[in-house]
Amino acid sequence: MSRIGKIARRTFLFGAVAVAGGAAFGAWYVSRPAPNPLKPAEGETSLNAFVLIDGEGVTLVAPRAEMGQGTMTTWAALIAEEMDLAWEDVRVIHGPPAQAYYNSALMGEGQTHKGYDASAFQNSLGEMMGVLGKVFSMQVTGGSTAMKDGYERMRVTGAAAREMLKTAAAKRLNVGVVELRTENGAVIAPDGTAIPYTELAAEAAEVEPPRIELRERSEWKLLGTSLPRVDMLGKSTGTAQFGIDTRLPGMRFAAVRQSPTRGGMKSYDAFDAGRMPGVEKVVDLGDGLAVIATNTWLAQQAVDAIEVEWDPAPYPESTEAMVAAVEAAFDAEPDSVLRDDGNPERLPSGATSVEAEYRVPFLAHATMEPMNATAWFDGQHLRLWCGNQGPTFLRDACAAEAGIDPEEVEVNVTLMGGGFGRRGEFDYAVVATKVAKAMPGTPVNVTWSREEDMTHDYYRPPAIARITGAVADGAPVAFDAKVASPSIAEQALQRWVGFAPGGPDKGIVDGIYNQPYGIPNYRVAGHKAEVVPPLGFWRSVGASFNGFFHECFMDELAHAAGADPLEMRLKLTRDEWLPAFYALEAVRDMSGWTGKTEDGVGRGLAMVYSFGTPTAMVIEVRDEDGLIRLTDAWIAADPGVALDPSIIEAQLTGAMAYGLSAAMGEEVTFAGGVVEQRNFPDYEPLRMAQMPRTQVTILENQERLNGIGEVGTPPAAPALSNALFDLTGKRVRDLPLNKAFDFYV
Amino acid sequence: MATTLTVNGTSHEVDLPDEVPLLWALRDALNLTGTKFGCGVAACGACTVHIDGEAVRSCQVPVGDVWGEVTTIEGLGTPDALHRLQQAWVDHQVAQCGYCQSGQIMQAAALLAETPNPTDDDIDAAMNGNLCRCGTYPRIRAAIKSAAQGA
Repeated sequence: MSRIGKIARRTFLFGAVAVAGGAAFGAWYVSRPAPNPLKPAEGETSLNAFVLIDGEGVTLVAPRAEMGQGTMTTWAALIAEEMDLAWEDVRVIHGPPAQAYYNSALMGEGQTHKGYDASAFQNSLGEMMGVLGKVFSMQVTGGSTAMKDGYERMRVTGAAAREMLKTAAAKRLNVGVVELRTENGAVIAPDGTAIPYTELAAEAAEVEPPRIELRERSEWKLLGTSLPRVDMLGKSTGTAQFGIDTRLPGMRFAAVRQSPTRGGMKSYDAFDAGRMPGVEKVVDLGDGLAVIATNTWLAQQAVDAIEVEWDPAPYPESTEAMVAAVEAAFDAEPDSVLRDDGNPERLPSGATSVEAEYRVPFLAHATMEPMNATAWFDGQHLRLWCGNQGPTFLRDACAAEAGIDPEEVEVNVTLMGGGFGRRGEFDYAVVATKVAKAMPGTPVNVTWSREEDMTHDYYRPPAIARITGAVADGAPVAFDAKVASPSIAEQALQRWVGFAPGGPDKGIVDGIYNQPYGIPNYRVAGHKAEVVPPLGFWRSVGASFNGFFHECFMDELAHAAGADPLEMRLKLTRDEWLPAFYALEAVRDMSGWTGKTEDGVGRGLAMVYSFGTPTAMVIEVRDEDGLIRLTDAWIAADPGVALDPSIIEAQLTGAMAYGLSAAMGEEVTFAGGVVEQRNFPDYEPLRMAQMPRTQVTILENQERLNGIGEVGTPPAAPALSNALFDLTGKRVRDLPLNKAFDFYV
Repeated sequence: MATTLTVNGTSHEVDLPDEVPLLWALRDALNLTGTKFGCGVAACGACTVHIDGEAVRSCQVPVGDVWGEVTTIEGLGTPDALHRLQQAWVDHQVAQCGYCQSGQIMQAAALLAETPNPTDDDIDAAMNGNLCRCGTYPRIRAAIKSAAQGA
């Protein structure tokens, strides 16, 4: 079989969608330009789907979910750089959901090569597959792909707009385009006169976009610098508008109570609730209830007062039963074997074997802003306001719920108080649509309580790894891992596009099969568990558990080999992939790693390659009067090109905090089919006093630009676990760690 | 059932049952949405406001029990006239998702009013009730320190 055929056949879910979809829709559909969704009002001109100019200035469209990661700022900077806009004048909007805003990088992520070793051919194939994101109107923020997606496309977009404006100015001045330059949102004439873009926009829109050449990096003014974020002033003054802050004329507020078993309702009695203060309507959602009132709190009191009998859960009722299903997956044939180097069963004589089993629990996203959406339905048109990571899918789902065409749905994507993958789902908007249908003509802000949010998440699934390895002559000679976990992608794709093709799920083994270590006998098998509670993408997805499995076991191998964990990794990465080696060197130098720690101090190291970026981390812990405190953290990551160092530093630090938080104290459990954790006291995130001092180094040794928003999460749990082992001699292989250690609070 | 509330220097009549938490009077009746709902049980700090200068969790104070003048993030400073903590938040580019930051800033303002030059331990003690899922804690600490020095 040809190489393409083989890759296509072996490609996991996203890839399979891409290939199948491409064949079905045909090349014409794929190559046809997506229509420009911007509908300029009087006095406005749109030069393309991303640039809108009016009399006041230039507005750029950043159609990715701003959930804290700074994407809105850097996306706009990519366009502004080539357009020569003054940063303080740039206005940024999210824009409508549209095919034109498809993610061109997401589909290519489905390829099953290791990533760091991808050939030019495989990279090109990834880019080709990326175009198919357009077929499915995949306007998705996820997979740490926004910058990868926009890096070239948005600079080209900005440069094209600039050249259109210059061409318009050249015509007006009757001079050659080469005689003109641009600066601070204006075309500069040969005599030095500045003609603002605002005055040229209408003429520029008539110009055919000319051929352009992207600027060299040495010419960049905005990119590569730490820009003031466009959302910072609003977020520091309480004026930033999140979905929950939507306020409309005549608006009502609703609270919901959905089935805690995710099943249906047998019966309910809402007689008394309907007569409580402020209550205007009780809405039967089929699998739950909503109360519409004059105030969110009054609505909440009323919906909580309703007596309901729920149907049983359509999945195993206890955590134990679900974990048993994960264990059972090891007995079946593997779903994938994505790394198979050498033969881990034939070891050199004198090799010492090591064996371990690791486990991680269900996790919730627990965004600070609880799920919510505002819907306004007049019987024909539906208007929605909410934060979400996939607005085209959300639009279509809400249109279906309302029984109207997607063209009749307006989706306003707001800032979001955290996403972490949770807002890739659209359940909260469908619920709001149902509620709004019950009160046509009235906008209704439907806000979930924290309890509703935590018990109706799409959870990061549990996973188990069984790993055997061996060391000889002070170095690992074998690493043989089996990972069992359910497929998140199968569920998510079913919800997004209505079908999930079969095939191996790369997500089950992502972060463990593709680590850049030169271990001669290296095998990783994935086992797909059949567990069916709602599952979803959680920051760093498979790497969130596989980084823990891989890097803790590497620590075990180092100890078995009598090797320093850092020196051992340096040796294993040097010939395999240098950017990983340099990241390890960087944390060695930052932390002053000696391999020795004084009494009462422990240090742990982890390096995980995820989303194309190698990220090394050292964490230091100290025993303070019997409590363990995380005192310092050092992170080095190499995304290839550091577009905004301040935002990258914040992402690495924050993603580490998210990983540490889960590793130390987060766990979701089920009893009677119901999630037992209901609010923060039951699901305790990392707090200020627990946050280590953190230093970050950003490296640019790898050739291509890669992800940054998630890569700080995977190394956090193993670096901490390895530090705890160094401190206490106790190797804990189950998360969360607060079951075995007392942390400082 | 009308209650009179003084918020950010302005007096308002709020027609709600006395037991409705101040948070929901601010957000849903007065449209002061800078104060955020996070948990409803005083576990996250997102709803922090001042009553007579003291930082309180507005989700736990019934509107009928409000004992003094309320200050929210909107009253602390505005985009055109930033409070020095808000300026420090901008200078240090603290916010990521930003949802918790109103509460963080109100908590920090109460801390600085009482302890003008807080130590790390003071900051930990005062800020430990304010959750941030994005992990902006190091920049919050730096911003508080620089605002303290600017006092």
